[in-house]
Amino acid sequence: MRTTGSAGRWFIILPPLIFLLLFFLIPFAFAFKISFAETAARVPPFSDVLTWTHAHGLRLAATLANYRYLLTDELYGAAYLFSLRTAFFATLICLALGYPMAYAIARAPRATQSVLLLIIMLPFWTSFLLRVYALEGIIRDNGLLNTVLLNLGLIEHPLRIMRTNLAVYLGIIYSYLPFMVLPLFATLEKLDATLLEAAADLGSTPWRAFLDVTLPLSIPGMIAGSMLVFIPAVGEFVIPSLLGGPNNLMIGRVLWDEFFGNHDWPVAAAVAIAFLLLLVGPIAIYQYYNVRQLEA
Amino acid sequence: MERRGSLFLFSLLCFGIAILYLPILVLIGYSFNASPLVNVWGGFSTAWYGALWHNRQLLEAALLSLEVAVSASTGAVVLGTLAAVALVRFARFPGRLLLTGMVNAPLVMPEIITGITQLLLFVSMVQLLSWPHRGFTTIVISHVTFCTAYVTITVQARLASADRSLEEAAMDLGAGPARAFLEITLPIIAPAIVSSWLLCFTLSLDDLVISSFVSGPGASTLPMVIYSKVKLGVSPDINALASLIVCGVGVIILSAGWLMRRAERRRALELQLAEQ
Repeated sequence: MRTTGSAGRWFIILPPLIFLLLFFLIPFAFAFKISFAETAARVPPFSDVLTWTHAHGLRLAATLANYRYLLTDELYGAAYLFSLRTAFFATLICLALGYPMAYAIARAPRATQSVLLLIIMLPFWTSFLLRVYALEGIIRDNGLLNTVLLNLGLIEHPLRIMRTNLAVYLGIIYSYLPFMVLPLFATLEKLDATLLEAAADLGSTPWRAFLDVTLPLSIPGMIAGSMLVFIPAVGEFVIPSLLGGPNNLMIGRVLWDEFFGNHDWPVAAAVAIAFLLLLVGPIAIYQYYNVRQLEA
Repeated sequence: MERRGSLFLFSLLCFGIAILYLPILVLIGYSFNASPLVNVWGGFSTAWYGALWHNRQLLEAALLSLEVAVSASTGAVVLGTLAAVALVRFARFPGRLLLTGMVNAPLVMPEIITGITQLLLFVSMVQLLSWPHRGFTTIVISHVTFCTAYVTITVQARLASADRSLEEAAMDLGAGPARAFLEITLPIIAPAIVSSWLLCFTLSLDDLVISSFVSGPGASTLPMVIYSKVKLGVSPDINALASLIVCGVGVIILSAGWLMRRAERRRALELQLAEQ
């Protein structure tokens, strides 16, 4: 506000700034510090990295053992790669399924459009945990899918889907599909119809016009939707925990077990920091250059 | 791809929507099954709904979750609106880039990372300050953190498209900036504030991962209780509870959306009348 003095401005800026600094950013500093600690049999279960005594001043007792452990232990590398692979293929399937859905909504009449969008949005508003649980009712050994297939005589024994990687894929696709459809719809809706008419006038078949005009122009929506699916899917915990098999290696689940099962807080802190650098770091850099490019 | 193409697209759309809704509908169906076995239909029964009322653990967890959700979404709406006003109205100030980053980052941060880092902060704070006690307070703080991001994004969009001339006119007529904001701008961004409050409420009510990390012994939210029951296997009372939550949230969201649309229309009509 123009007439607000600079003193008044700070009453607006400071509360969210300080709150987020204290409870979002500074926690990473603590995680960073604790990732250099050792486990200790006390509460909280890790050693002090920095200690201050009058006699000795500030003392640093840091160990790189946690990071060395991450690099040498095969579990973490495998879990990281497995999570990336699962999230990548699940994102591709979401894209393949979500694109025609978004395209159909974008071509629907206006009144139908808002109803369809509401139908797509509504599951996003209802409980994620409960939707994952609901999926179990379909795919478990005596669930709806197997009951129907058995009664139709299509299979003789129930299909084993629960507690397999297939169940994890189905869970991710089912849970994150709306995140793919919405940004795709936003891009497809804004698409200039005259471009398609021009292509048709110049002799393009509708299919050809789709490939040459619509598809390239919808790439921003495809990227936005894929990001919204891929990023949370990599760190997903609920889906592999409820639907995946006991040996499912999604990194979120490994991290949870390290924390609640092994009570190894320093290693969990190191995994969190490594994960941040390996996943969120590249995305932040990508976003930064993307914004710069758009502004240029 | 004229007629046949459209038909193909339409059936794919229906298929996608069926995938989204079938599990929930099946779940609601199961919740009325008298038999505790999932593959046997034992007749229609509302017994599992009745059983919910006698489950103290579930009721206490539900109460805690509701308290957390109301506190966290209210806090997040205040902080998020302030952040949105700061980012839209103040072109440059020290810390602007930092605030932008911290508002957007929680949206892409895996929950498990946020949960672990916040827990490590809280235990370190307890060592230094003997505060906060892990439980209600820490869960609310964590939920406010990720909810603020959603509020800021929603309100920011609304504020950026709002007409500033009304506010300027109010200030020309002698209203102070605070009064102009409260009387002119706030009603304009009110729909965004209401819908982001509702979004925060449902997100907070649903959060399992972050709550599990930052909560202490004795404080279990509803998702934590549901998760531990579901992990042990099928429990028919959870089917009933899940149906209640899904339908309750659905009804609230739909009616809120309908009410807001009506209010918007009335407002647009009033504006039109005022201009004539």
